[in-house]
Amino acid sequence: MDVRKTYKLFVNGEFVRSESGRAYRPDGNVNVPRGSRKDMRDAVRAARTAFPGWAGRTAMNRGQILYRAAEMLDGRAAQFVELLGGGPRARRELDQAVETLVWYAGWTDKLSQVTGTVNPVAGPYFNFTIPEPTGVVAIIAPERAPLSGLVRRLAPALCGGNVVVALAAEAHPLAALTLAEVFATSDVPAGVVNIISGQRKELLPWLAAHMDVNAIDVAGCTTDEIKAIEESAAGNVKRVIKVTEAEQSPYLVAAFMEMKTVWHPIGV
Amino acid sequence: MAITKKQPAELAKRFFEYAPAPESIDHVKIQPRYGLFIGGRMVEAHSKKRFPTINPATEKKLAEVVEADEVDVDRAVKAAGKAFDSWARLAPSRRARYLFRISRLLQERSRELAVVETMDGGKPIKESRDVDIPLSAAHFFYYAGWADKLEWAFPNRKTRPLGVAGQVIPWNFPLLMLAWKIAPALAAGNTVVLKPAETTPLSAMLFAEICMQAELPPGVVNIVTGAGKTGSLVVTHPDVKKVAFTGSTEVGKVIQRAIAGSGKRLTLELGGKAANIVFEDAPLDQAVEGIVNGIYFNQGHVCCAGSRLLVQESIAEPLLDKLKRRLSTLRLGDPLDKNTDIGAINSRAQLEKIQGLVESGIEEGAELYQPECVLPERGFWFPPSLFTNVSQSYRIAREEIFGPVLSVLTFRTPNEAVEKANNTPYGLSAGVWTDKGSRILWMAERMRAGVVWANTFNRFDPTSPFGGYKESGFGREGGVHGLLPYLELN
Repeated sequence: MDVRKTYKLFVNGEFVRSESGRAYRPDGNVNVPRGSRKDMRDAVRAARTAFPGWAGRTAMNRGQILYRAAEMLDGRAAQFVELLGGGPRARRELDQAVETLVWYAGWTDKLSQVTGTVNPVAGPYFNFTIPEPTGVVAIIAPERAPLSGLVRRLAPALCGGNVVVALAAEAHPLAALTLAEVFATSDVPAGVVNIISGQRKELLPWLAAHMDVNAIDVAGCTTDEIKAIEESAAGNVKRVIKVTEAEQSPYLVAAFMEMKTVWHPIGV
Repeated sequence: MAITKKQPAELAKRFFEYAPAPESIDHVKIQPRYGLFIGGRMVEAHSKKRFPTINPATEKKLAEVVEADEVDVDRAVKAAGKAFDSWARLAPSRRARYLFRISRLLQERSRELAVVETMDGGKPIKESRDVDIPLSAAHFFYYAGWADKLEWAFPNRKTRPLGVAGQVIPWNFPLLMLAWKIAPALAAGNTVVLKPAETTPLSAMLFAEICMQAELPPGVVNIVTGAGKTGSLVVTHPDVKKVAFTGSTEVGKVIQRAIAGSGKRLTLELGGKAANIVFEDAPLDQAVEGIVNGIYFNQGHVCCAGSRLLVQESIAEPLLDKLKRRLSTLRLGDPLDKNTDIGAINSRAQLEKIQGLVESGIEEGAELYQPECVLPERGFWFPPSLFTNVSQSYRIAREEIFGPVLSVLTFRTPNEAVEKANNTPYGLSAGVWTDKGSRILWMAERMRAGVVWANTFNRFDPTSPFGGYKESGFGREGGVHGLLPYLELN
């Protein structure tokens, strides 16, 4: 008898079924959970709970964890290459994802040095500006490059101390759902990364309108989707991050950050 | 002589009575009617609709301005579009020179600008003279220097201006907000169409004169007057590539929705409900001055105003006694008087909004304190007010009042202070008062706000980025970070 592999959602550090019990078969073979609005809500809640802890880690520790994730991903290279369809193109995508994670792993403890400032104000104040994570960030994986496209946005968001709810590519969700296994085994605290699979049409509006999501990255979205997302995002003045897909820089990390300015008195 | 808390009003009279000291206004020339500033000169508008701008302290009409319509806005945007190529390609050092020149002219005409700002908006002359105008000039000076140094601002990247920026500004700091918008936009090589607030258009009209005096190339700055409708035409115009708005969170959301899917870049600087937190080790007299500056500065018409006072329980009583006593010494009246602390409320609509929220505070069960205070008969006035017995759920503790109304809450532990301070959808600013440096930084780290003032409040500097977390908006103005909204990084 033919037994189909059944994938699961990754919420709060655990692999769970969709509360809806629904599944779909994007490649005709395996069962992939079709996440619901409630799964999304659980993911946002888990992320919000995990936020202070992750943002409070030392920069170096966050870097080490991202580096560990890169190692774990590299260690499962063969599996991912197969999931991505095999061949040199799949191999390149995997390599790129690993390299992206390593690159941002090294940025965690340099970000505030490069994007922060000390401001020479007129007055007896030590005035400085530092980047702080925005909070819960929603990331929509692009349908093209379902692994490296997702990692290209996940890594900079996590690098700065944000927590993430990611929506896997609808037609090719397996790489994202397997990436969840990489995070689950890389010392990434529960809730810091949550990965949901399902229908974009159904889930995007909820994510875009969710009042406890602070930012939404739309690099993986179509023009029509972006318009709808931006309309819903206004409900809580969400940051809609539209930086181009190819961007890899501390400026992209900064797009997921808030700049905080402190006026500290100077005196005796 | 010991000051007792029994007869503060009487004592205030005895010690703080001043003779009138009004700033003269005869050096100021306000025209009876203004056109629009488009393509480098003042032009007749297509729109036949005009509306008066009044002095809120006297309710007397100062001038008439145009309510720009679709044709006017389109002309302004076209003029800005036409100017863009040559402005963006101009040698950066030349761009810098224009901005330095504008800064210089703002300084030269500062007295005139201060008086106009005060007459049109109702703010005390000492504030427009000492804060608004000098900071506006400083802002242009700061960004002037960036114009030919952009390659140092964002290492490893080439920068490109975006095009025409559509900018809509509020009435609380009319010229300063204009400076915050126009200076970085121009330094980065963009051209602008700016709409000042409908109740305070006059300093922008003076600024138009300054652009002409500076021989700024035509179309680089265009100014259209009007109300919300005109603003919406500016931000939704298809040739506007970048939208910058400062104002209420409500309107900010409308704008974010209105330009969804347009590909326009957006920055929003919106409302706030800042916590001003006083710990028991804070120097109380200094804190009292900071609290007063935090909420009564500019009649509380400040988005980052310290409108929620969080006092550590152990010092709540003595601090409130001192604060109430201090309130009774604040001089409310003629904004042009150099001794005035509290000027006029900007408009009747704003006054009604403040009155409505204060009534809700009383109804919900808070206790109102207002010093004895004689309000002038004409004009829009509201006495400095504070509420005690406030619960976090009251409207006066949640909603932005944008008036001289303080809500006082108490806390016991630093953690409780952080929790209460962050218990708001806003996140623009916060204040901490303590003698302990390590506690300042501990608190600063935990407060979800874009600006944290320690042992001070409502301080601004062109080098210091300003802007909000959460529903207070996104993007920064000031400092190197203030350039980013006006640039593309290639």
